[in-house]
Amino acid sequence: MSTADLAATRRTSRLALHDRVALVLALVAAAGSFGAFLSIAPNRLADGRPLTLWNVGLSQTAIVLALLVLVFMAAFIGDRTWRSGALFASGAGLLISMLLIAGTAAAAQLDPQEPARRIALGSAFWILFSVGVLACFQGLQHAARIWKALLSLALAAALIAIAASGELNSLSLAREFHAQRATFPTELLRHIGLVAAAVVVASFCAIPLVLAAVYRSGARSAIFTTLNLLQTIPSIALFGLLIAPLSFVAAHVSLAREIGIGGIGAAPALIALVLYGLLPLVRSADAGLRNVPANVQEAARGMGMNAQEIFWKVDLPLALPALVSGLRVVTVQSIGLAIVAALIGAGGLGTFVFQGIGEYALDLVLVGALPTILLAVAADALFQIVIANVRSRP
Amino acid sequence: MMRVGLLTPLLALAFVALALFMPATAPFFHWLFPENPRPVFLRASFLELTLAHAELVLISAGAATAFALGVGIFVTRPAGREFLPIVGALAAVGQTFPPAAVLALAVPALGYGEAPTLLALFLYSILPILEGTIAGLHAVPADVREAADGLGFSSATKLTRIELPLAAPYILAGVRTSTIIAIGTATIGSTIGALSLGSPIVEGLAAENTAYVLQGALVVALFAILVDRGFELLERRLARQSRSELPASRPRRAAAAAAP
Repeated sequence: MSTADLAATRRTSRLALHDRVALVLALVAAAGSFGAFLSIAPNRLADGRPLTLWNVGLSQTAIVLALLVLVFMAAFIGDRTWRSGALFASGAGLLISMLLIAGTAAAAQLDPQEPARRIALGSAFWILFSVGVLACFQGLQHAARIWKALLSLALAAALIAIAASGELNSLSLAREFHAQRATFPTELLRHIGLVAAAVVVASFCAIPLVLAAVYRSGARSAIFTTLNLLQTIPSIALFGLLIAPLSFVAAHVSLAREIGIGGIGAAPALIALVLYGLLPLVRSADAGLRNVPANVQEAARGMGMNAQEIFWKVDLPLALPALVSGLRVVTVQSIGLAIVAALIGAGGLGTFVFQGIGEYALDLVLVGALPTILLAVAADALFQIVIANVRSRP
Repeated sequence: MMRVGLLTPLLALAFVALALFMPATAPFFHWLFPENPRPVFLRASFLELTLAHAELVLISAGAATAFALGVGIFVTRPAGREFLPIVGALAAVGQTFPPAAVLALAVPALGYGEAPTLLALFLYSILPILEGTIAGLHAVPADVREAADGLGFSSATKLTRIELPLAAPYILAGVRTSTIIAIGTATIGSTIGALSLGSPIVEGLAAENTAYVLQGALVVALFAILVDRGFELLERRLARQSRSELPASRPRRAAAAAAP
């Protein structure tokens, strides 16, 4: 037995720390759980009074404590499979129990004497929930891709089922969602529609720019300088700069007014989103097309292909992953920028954000902000799957 | 690149003139918007707004750079390598969060005004710098690292003399991205009560005073573009310096000479 093997046996035979990430997660969660789990306010405007986890109940505290101990102990499990399994199980348990505990505790706090009472989620909830997400991530890290996908989907389905079951309806966030149920689908669709329109229009506008940048060396620097300049301008400023010329056009061209072009509304928002989208699209397509290996093009020429055939059959397929990753950047970026478009009357989920800020209705802010974040993260994940598939194709 | 050389001073001149002498443009905006009784934003001077805006960005970007450098260095050392996957994933996923949404989420946490704006700017600015630091430290060639070890460099000396200088372009690119996003987000910060160059825009939009919107938009756009040009110059200077000095080439040559 070599000295290394001896050292290894000695290490496994004693209690040893194998995953310091899990340890840090457990400690962060333990420290965070001292804060307010729920916050109870008599109405929308008043400040809330904190309700800690142990105020909620002994059994609920015991469940969370047990799960945190499991995360803590997972840090000391030597076998990687068991450690990962324990981490994922405790993380998933934490996520599910967080929702259920918050839902039932909020229902218990409802008071018919005080119909305007608002029960909001507190810092302890958010910290424990985040630790749950990170524990799941850490647990799935070494898993095969198929397991990663299946387990994440199953967990997401479980969380959505809890939210859909009405278990969370007493929370002010859910009540705010309920109050907006008439307008929420419209604004969500407007948001998605604005983003989709911007991505499609920007893609078409990018084609001549990409061709010029790749095949005409003189235009390259001018194109990139201009697009970079546009990208630098703060979103709200670009929206603002478009208002004046567009309202001028609307005031003087009746046709423009008839098709809905005005200083305020969807037109300046769409134009600004398209302008912002150009740089990522042109940059990634340019990189993709220029990185096609010269010897591959050489070989295609040797096979008797002409320049056009080389472009369609060689350059474009090889540049496809780069093109899709450009679309990914633009889509995620547009979902975020479209929030700001609500300020100039273009609608979308930003409407709730800014209405909530204006009315000091913080749950209404969340009604706009949380779906936008979910939308951006989901779009990003979807594009990553597409990119992985495009790459793996021969 | 000659055109850029002429463009930047012109933009700088326009920016300084507008920031200092915006009230002098009153006749122009009066001509542009004849029915507007107050065509120039006067609640605060544009110099004041620019300074407030710059302060928000400087504080948050400075704190974020220090924090991100620390974390980036930690997760690329043997002692912290375990944390690299989770930190990298957080930085990547965090950047898909819309900056405006992060700003909005800071309101429930800290209320209205400068504090939530600073928190949102700080949190968001960490991510690109962290990603740049990790990418830059990973891009240091293994043979350079080995040569430094062979020369008997301590890990601290290796970090400050070899790794950080070689990673500097990546880190600077991260700081540039962060700063430009922070300038844009600080503009939106006016909606939650922070004083910035976004204030005339937000007030103009609320009061349907397009002149205010134009003034704020022009100054903040010039401000962002100039800061970006500044970073561009800094990046070029850094590239020139590393070409002429090549901090990596010294240990490389020394190692080659030491080889039998």
